[in-house]
Amino acid sequence: MTIHTLSVLVENKPGVLARVSGLFSRRGFNIDSLAVGETENPDVSRITIVVNAESSPLEQVTKQLNKLVNVLKIVELDPTTSVARELLLVKVRADRNARGQVLESVNLFRARVVDVAADTLTVEATGTPDKLDALLRDLEPFGIKEMVQSGLVAIGRGSRAITAGPALRAA
Amino acid sequence: MTRPTPETLAHSARRARTAAEAPGDADHARAAAPAVPATRPAPAQVSGAGSLVRSLEALGVDVVFGIPGGAILPAYDPLYDSTVRHILVRHEQGAGHAATGYAQATGRVGVCIATSGPGATNLVTPIADAYMDSVPLVAITGQVARPSIGTDAFQEADIQGITLPITKHNFLVQDGGEIPRVLAEAFHLASTGRPGPVLVDIPKDVLQASTTFAWPPVLDLPGYRPTLHPHGKQIREAARLISGARRPVLYVGGGVLKAGATEGLRKLAELTGIPVITTLMALGAFPDSHRQHLGMPGMHGTVAAVYGLQKADLIVALGARFDDRVTGKLDSFAPDAIVVHADIDPAEIGKNRHADVPIVGDARHVIDELLAAVTAERAAGRTTDISDWWTQLDDLRERYPLGYEEPSDGTLSPQYVIKRLGEIVGPDAIYVAGVGQHQMWASQFISYEKPQTWLNSGGLGTMGYAVPAAMGAKVGKPDTVVWAIDGDGCFQMTNQELATCALEGIPVKIAVINNGNLGMVRQWQTLFYNERYSNTELGTHKHRIPDFVKLAEALGCVGLRCENAEDVDKTIEAAMSINDAPVVIDFVVGKDAMVWPMVPAGTSNDEIMFARGVRPTFDEDDI
Repeated sequence: MTIHTLSVLVENKPGVLARVSGLFSRRGFNIDSLAVGETENPDVSRITIVVNAESSPLEQVTKQLNKLVNVLKIVELDPTTSVARELLLVKVRADRNARGQVLESVNLFRARVVDVAADTLTVEATGTPDKLDALLRDLEPFGIKEMVQSGLVAIGRGSRAITAGPALRAA
Repeated sequence: MTRPTPETLAHSARRARTAAEAPGDADHARAAAPAVPATRPAPAQVSGAGSLVRSLEALGVDVVFGIPGGAILPAYDPLYDSTVRHILVRHEQGAGHAATGYAQATGRVGVCIATSGPGATNLVTPIADAYMDSVPLVAITGQVARPSIGTDAFQEADIQGITLPITKHNFLVQDGGEIPRVLAEAFHLASTGRPGPVLVDIPKDVLQASTTFAWPPVLDLPGYRPTLHPHGKQIREAARLISGARRPVLYVGGGVLKAGATEGLRKLAELTGIPVITTLMALGAFPDSHRQHLGMPGMHGTVAAVYGLQKADLIVALGARFDDRVTGKLDSFAPDAIVVHADIDPAEIGKNRHADVPIVGDARHVIDELLAAVTAERAAGRTTDISDWWTQLDDLRERYPLGYEEPSDGTLSPQYVIKRLGEIVGPDAIYVAGVGQHQMWASQFISYEKPQTWLNSGGLGTMGYAVPAAMGAKVGKPDTVVWAIDGDGCFQMTNQELATCALEGIPVKIAVINNGNLGMVRQWQTLFYNERYSNTELGTHKHRIPDFVKLAEALGCVGLRCENAEDVDKTIEAAMSINDAPVVIDFVVGKDAMVWPMVPAGTSNDEIMFARGVRPTFDEDDI
């Protein structure tokens, strides 16, 4: 099994996410992470899907996705030629004694403190999933009260845009 | 990329419509959407319901099958004055299968209408059926008013959500102004590319509100671009393989019928001399009587067809999808074959069996271009002698023909009934089967010579398909004799539509192959469950409940019964002489007849049984 990152450009219409996510579950795939947002064209949304699958069944799902009328384009992003980031918000136990050490970790990972309470710090970090995992491992000993993570978003390196193309202009 | 416009839509539709209606030219009945009339209505202020009905008229719809109810009621008011004929069915499932039968018999889009909630959910089975068999179907459903959506309102069901996995696409109309465009898109989607069902759900308040009707609308389907023309390089590679193969077969599926490619198929087959195998969905795509036709593959296919695929060195799949009923155990299917797989749906290619040469395209274009490429190969002197292959196949055909044994208990043989029906009625009629033993016998013992003469529920295997689908076929082809061949189990699921047939003047003929049992299930119990007949006895023999003759009469039909071989011909002839009413014949047949040959489910095609306990012998040295 390999991790695959799919960028799926879809028409920005109600119910499209359900069509896309439903197709994955129907064909027996688990979605590891999912992120949806508008693109530079307000009629087009971009869904970034991370799945753990063998290549040949994944190809089958990609073909099935392509058949959805609202799907405009699918690109698999190669990790070596793309930039991928997740966002993490984590509430760490940090009383007066521990606060200094927590801040040290935060700085080490170029994360930021976005909220402070008497006994906790809320930390914001962006990065690759690996980097965020490492940060969490570092913070874990202090005690993690709550955390939330976004889905992965990814974009190809270089000047080429996957949103270029006649189908997308037409949308 | 060229976006589909109503003009192109209308153009292709007009062509398709004209072709579909030309007698004897069913081959070209590749309907896009129905025709747009030459005179275009000017923009007008109408209700949403009015816009719906005018859209249907503008799309050239001549008939819809449906039942009114609360949420769809506004649509029935303008329908009352419309040129569109509405056929009031007795159950929404009947509307759906009737629309399917209409579509399969004519190549045009079939339309069914139901109300919200239970009306819509009753369409689920026919929609799933049409999805599996790629039938161009548009289902229109009423929905509760927009402010009530999501409140568990009376007769509310999220039919868009429910049908997500069983439609090619579906719509929930949010604004009356969208109605013409959505309808035009629904027809375009249903009938182009790989055809399939499209559902349009319209809330009641949208139907009631005032809106503007303007025709033609501009289609907005930027993500829908079916590939029709195959890649030249792949075609040349396929032609090269065809020229070099020693044991090639053409494996033909329903896509060839849908593409209207049967003439081309015949030319390709005759040019190459390659054996032809037609799937259950493709019967009639190549004449059964043709010397090169090996028959149907798969679980109940002929020995020659199953063997032909299994031992082939080249399989040229045209509009077929390597269904599990065809391949048997996939790992051991056609182990030595190189596969050329042509289909209009890229997702079918390589789905079950790896394709060595994938070809995406419409079967008609694929076959035409293959013909040209193979002709070029021949001109260059490249061809391979396949007479040894034919010697083997002919030997198998001779040793293991389709046949049956007369029942030893003196009961009427169901195969005999079906065989005689086909012989007496002939190849111009349309035959519509339910699902089970009678369906397999109808596929085996009737000779199909022409496209669109065999309708059945292949993929979903929907018991109860036959009566309503036959009704729809007869509505679409009123001058053609339409016979449903049904089982006593199937018949009891949907026979209420015979009331519709009687009242609406749709004289279908129904042959109930009544063996008193759920025959195919019973056959499996005989073979795999130690003859423990759990819940397969229906009592139609033992108790004569229901009495099908009385039932037929109660439904406004002529009821006939036949219980022995001497009466078979004259009963069929009697039914053929009645043209002013639907006719039901209760053929009381033996319960122990089985469908042979058989590849037991989940086993390899190599395990094919010619009859109970009889395995064909293949001379492996020949290969």
